[in-house]
Amino acid sequence: MAPIIVIYPNFKLTEPQITLIQFILNEKEISTPLPSGVLLLDFIRYHRHLTGTKIGCREGDCGACTVLVGECKGYQLHYRAVTSCLTAIGSVQDKHIVTVEGTNLPGVLNPIQQSMCDESATQCGFCTPGFVVSLAGFCLSDKVPSQQNAIASIDGNICRCTGYKSIERAANNITDLLQQRKDADPIEFATTNGILPAYFAGIKARLQVMAAHRTSNGKLEAGVVASHKFLGGGTDLYVQQHDTMHLETIDHLFNKPALNTIGQVENACYFGGATTVTDLMESAVMQQYFPDFRSVAKLISSTPIRNIATIAGNFINASPIGDFTIFFLALDAQLILSDGTTTRQLPLRKLYKGYKSLDKRPEEFIEKIYFQLPAANTRLSFEKVSKRTHLDIASVNTAICISTSGHIIERVALSAGGVGPVPAFLARTSAWLQGKPINNSVIEKAIEIAQTEISPISDARGSEAYKRLLLSQLFKAHFMKLSPGLALA
Amino acid sequence: MKNIDSYTHARGESMYLDDIPVLNGTLFGVAFGSPLAHGAIRNLDISTALQSQGVIKIIVATEIPGENEIGGIIADEPLLAGHHVHFIGMPVAFVVAETEEAARVAVKKIAIDIEPLPVITDPREARKKGELIVPPRTFAIGDTTAAWSQCDYIFEGMADTNGQEHLYIETQGAYTIPQENGAIKVYSSTQGPTAVQRCVSRVLGLPMHQIEVDVTRLGGGFGGKEDQANTWAALCALATYLLKKPVKYSLNRMEDMLMTGKRHPYSSDFKIGLDKKLKIVAYEAVFHQNAGAAADLSPAVMERTLFHSTNSYYIPNVKSTAYSCRTHLPPNTAFRGFGGPQGMFVIEAAIAKAAAELGVDASDIQRKNLLQTGDEFPYGQKVVSEAGECWDKASSLYSADKLKEEIIAFNAANKWKKKGMSFMPVCFGISFTKTLMNQARSLVHVYSDGSVNISTGAVEMGQGVNTKMLQVAALTFSIDPARIKVNSTNTFRIANTSPSAASATADLNGKATLMACSAILNRLKQVAADDQQTSPDAITLKNEMVYKNGELTELSWKQLVMNAFIKRVSLSEHAHYATPAIHFDATKEKGHPFAYHVFGTAITVVTVDCLRGIYETDMVKIVHDFGSSMNPAIDKGQIEGGLVQGIGWMTMEEIIYDTAGKLRSNALSTYKVPDIYSVPREVAIHFLETQTDNLAIFRSKAVGEPPLMYGIGAYFAIHNAIKAFRPDAIIPFSAPLTPEKVLMSLHAALEPINEIDEQTVNHLAISI
Repeated sequence: MAPIIVIYPNFKLTEPQITLIQFILNEKEISTPLPSGVLLLDFIRYHRHLTGTKIGCREGDCGACTVLVGECKGYQLHYRAVTSCLTAIGSVQDKHIVTVEGTNLPGVLNPIQQSMCDESATQCGFCTPGFVVSLAGFCLSDKVPSQQNAIASIDGNICRCTGYKSIERAANNITDLLQQRKDADPIEFATTNGILPAYFAGIKARLQVMAAHRTSNGKLEAGVVASHKFLGGGTDLYVQQHDTMHLETIDHLFNKPALNTIGQVENACYFGGATTVTDLMESAVMQQYFPDFRSVAKLISSTPIRNIATIAGNFINASPIGDFTIFFLALDAQLILSDGTTTRQLPLRKLYKGYKSLDKRPEEFIEKIYFQLPAANTRLSFEKVSKRTHLDIASVNTAICISTSGHIIERVALSAGGVGPVPAFLARTSAWLQGKPINNSVIEKAIEIAQTEISPISDARGSEAYKRLLLSQLFKAHFMKLSPGLALA
Repeated sequence: MKNIDSYTHARGESMYLDDIPVLNGTLFGVAFGSPLAHGAIRNLDISTALQSQGVIKIIVATEIPGENEIGGIIADEPLLAGHHVHFIGMPVAFVVAETEEAARVAVKKIAIDIEPLPVITDPREARKKGELIVPPRTFAIGDTTAAWSQCDYIFEGMADTNGQEHLYIETQGAYTIPQENGAIKVYSSTQGPTAVQRCVSRVLGLPMHQIEVDVTRLGGGFGGKEDQANTWAALCALATYLLKKPVKYSLNRMEDMLMTGKRHPYSSDFKIGLDKKLKIVAYEAVFHQNAGAAADLSPAVMERTLFHSTNSYYIPNVKSTAYSCRTHLPPNTAFRGFGGPQGMFVIEAAIAKAAAELGVDASDIQRKNLLQTGDEFPYGQKVVSEAGECWDKASSLYSADKLKEEIIAFNAANKWKKKGMSFMPVCFGISFTKTLMNQARSLVHVYSDGSVNISTGAVEMGQGVNTKMLQVAALTFSIDPARIKVNSTNTFRIANTSPSAASATADLNGKATLMACSAILNRLKQVAADDQQTSPDAITLKNEMVYKNGELTELSWKQLVMNAFIKRVSLSEHAHYATPAIHFDATKEKGHPFAYHVFGTAITVVTVDCLRGIYETDMVKIVHDFGSSMNPAIDKGQIEGGLVQGIGWMTMEEIIYDTAGKLRSNALSTYKVPDIYSVPREVAIHFLETQTDNLAIFRSKAVGEPPLMYGIGAYFAIHNAIKAFRPDAIIPFSAPLTPEKVLMSLHAALEPINEIDEQTVNHLAISI
């Protein structure tokens, strides 16, 4: 691919509001006047000529372009793996970007690379840098260095040659290496033990200097500007509008700290419109009230995508099969929409007017999402089936939020995706179930009603008949999970 | 020895096509593909696109100076469509612009008016309409017509396998650079540098010596770049020829998936007859190969289906017929196994059907009919078999009987989860079935400083062939591997190469390298003998030192090489190897086409979640016949990787074309290959080391393709688990066995489930 020569109508160097985008790429401070919508992948490969970061699919499904993004949150520097094919350079302002070249030690392999070699975990080699970078992210993370977490760190990387078993063995070796870390700071451990280059130790201070400088000129903190695109993680926008995104004037939601908060007020949980899936998974409130949330989220996409994909983006993309949309429909989430000056509240259940049609003006974005935290007698179940269990789009997904008193259903909300033009809240089925006991015949009848509320079509994710059958089965799965004693036919 | 490329791979320093530093003035091409699967071009309007910013030229068919033809086996495929289009994505024009982005913008501005013609996507329909690529072929032994009367049981059925997208993570591409005197240098991501050279030469009307093709490595090939890299190289070379500028085209993923062919889908009929002892007496199969719109490699793929239609079994009466059917899909092509897997699936389906009807385990039939040394294949070759050894070793080593009991107990104890188990024996012939392709050359230089440089026709694409070439030289010279470098594959160094395919690359190029090294070694020994005043027979080289009658001398490798140079002894050799003993007479369909066969047996256990219709592979345990592996680390990787690719083909990888010939599974979001969570939890591989002599390099049998077919075991294990939940389930033999097919088999009304009706796949409302 060519160096990108961008045709950018509003781009005039003389205008004072043009801000250079700054970040650290491996060991080097970068400052670029390129439009903020230019993809990090193109910048790395075709502007900086760092060719270790590979292009496999340009839609976040292969992980060959994985890089790490290091960000200072408070006094901590956190690294997360992301797919650079979906990440705009404007979204990594004041952050540290690590490519495979940034993990290289002079003249020797780092222990991650050595392990990949020792286990013959590289064949054609094209996906290998992506795996190395993801595993470097695992070494820099403060997650428990377990084999499970090691594998999770590479769950967004596709390899077509090895069959993964050798990569698993390499990941296990790296896990062993991290066992001595104990409570030490991961970055310090990695640099002092020769896992990653020494320059990592100085990154936090350098980022802080960069950010301090940024805050003083304040440009990116400026208020919302009219007539442009809101960009969160880009995991949908860059797939759907790949050819034009770099030409847009972009409002980077990741650069608005106010949109990236999670908290609890009384019995409600709220989180900002730029909250990523990973943010939510790691939040104390979700871990307390939804102990299963991590295993639910694990079925959805992959680690690098969850690291950038926002919950609000999932809502706005309006895919009939949006996993988090289905989840939050059951929770009756409320949206606070803002156009920068005025705000309004809208239930998620009212957002969808038709296929990809929203009750939202172009200048509005989701500022905040909130929902009632479940009471002691309330439980939640999410079910999803796709061709491939992980990192795939569902054929059908469904969630249920149910409050019971003894065997009687007090309140219930059922949602289902992939069975109509919009993510569906199954109002009639939910209403009918209210006050009913949980037993076989009630569930059968509820399934019957649900079948009249849906209108699936045959497509690449399955035939209509399959989707109808699958939704019925997943209903049963909900109730079997919630009432383990239930013997379903 | 570890893969010699792993150091640069792990550091991101290996150079693939898109990593080659781009020269100043390089232009970028993008192909404009047909939007319709079949039709006559009424008008092609490039005027608006030509006005687009940065566009230099838009090339159409009439500007081709040589032949507008890229068909290798049969001349039936134009490079650029002139008057008719035959599949969606068929290149019609080639836009060349100053940047890739500008070229992509311009491609969208090309307007084409096509008069639609009827579209065929189903191979059986093509056969009915007489749309065949080549006349049908039949392999036969014994007399099936007479044999049916000797059978106690006869079963018939249908078995279909879908295609498979190669999904090499590096997409196709080429970069061409003008040289002096009208020559062109071509960088190509190809398994067949000579095929690219021949194709470019034909299209440009230039002699082959003007076309230098250079390949450093591929980011995966799997057969997809054996013949289908030609198009992109020819398009770039054409633009370079016309514009005298470097031109590059690296396809994006959607273009690659849309425009290139895949593994051939097959729709087949079988008839199997057994006696009371479960001996297979007779077998007939009719294969309908969905070739796509042009021959490509389809006739050769079809031939290998016939070679492997009886898999690992001896059957005295066989008649297999194959039709290569022309449809309006992109020309399907080579893919690991090359038609063999499609043939094997059908015989395994026939056995599964017989077993189900007779109420026995398929393994009872399989074991009783395994090939024994001396048995004759339908194509006349007598086998040297390790089939029984592999099976019995797998059965005992992995306690198959105990596994079976555990599964029965598990299934009795669990209502919603069921386990299933299968045996999958594999027998795969090694050699190109086209005898003339079984030749190779190697050029070895020893430099005066003692370093060594090897060039062969082998293309490194992850299979580790460079490492094996290096091993051959290191072992022959007995020197430090660090002294040896393996070059890129280049048609100016090695001419007339066969593609890196058919699992035979290491054998052919390794033998040639062995010959070249041996010739140099013999000359060096003569030099050493003169120096040591003895005969060459008394000289050996070991660990970089010269030994005389087994006694260490003071003469080192480095000194010996320098001595030879000073004495004006040649330190270079270009050797030629042709596989001996192989032959095949296509008029009789008999001969001895394979240098040897590779055997193995896989035991697969799966768990099906019968509530949701999803499944996991618990384990695959394999005994594989390696002969005597020269590189166990690399060979084990081939087994694991091939197995998982085969499981993907049999389970989740589903190619969907609609009836208009449009690919619906056109991105990684709609076409799923195995990820790290979907592979078998446990894979065990036992190396069956056999002492029988064979024609492999250092007796280390070829390992690229055979393991893919172990994946077929996953299909039948899932099949068996479904039967454990619902004994009367009707499960069509239709791969892949997706979660959809599993759930429908488990719970839908008891009627044969049609394959996903492509008629209904007309509206993809779901976006990603």
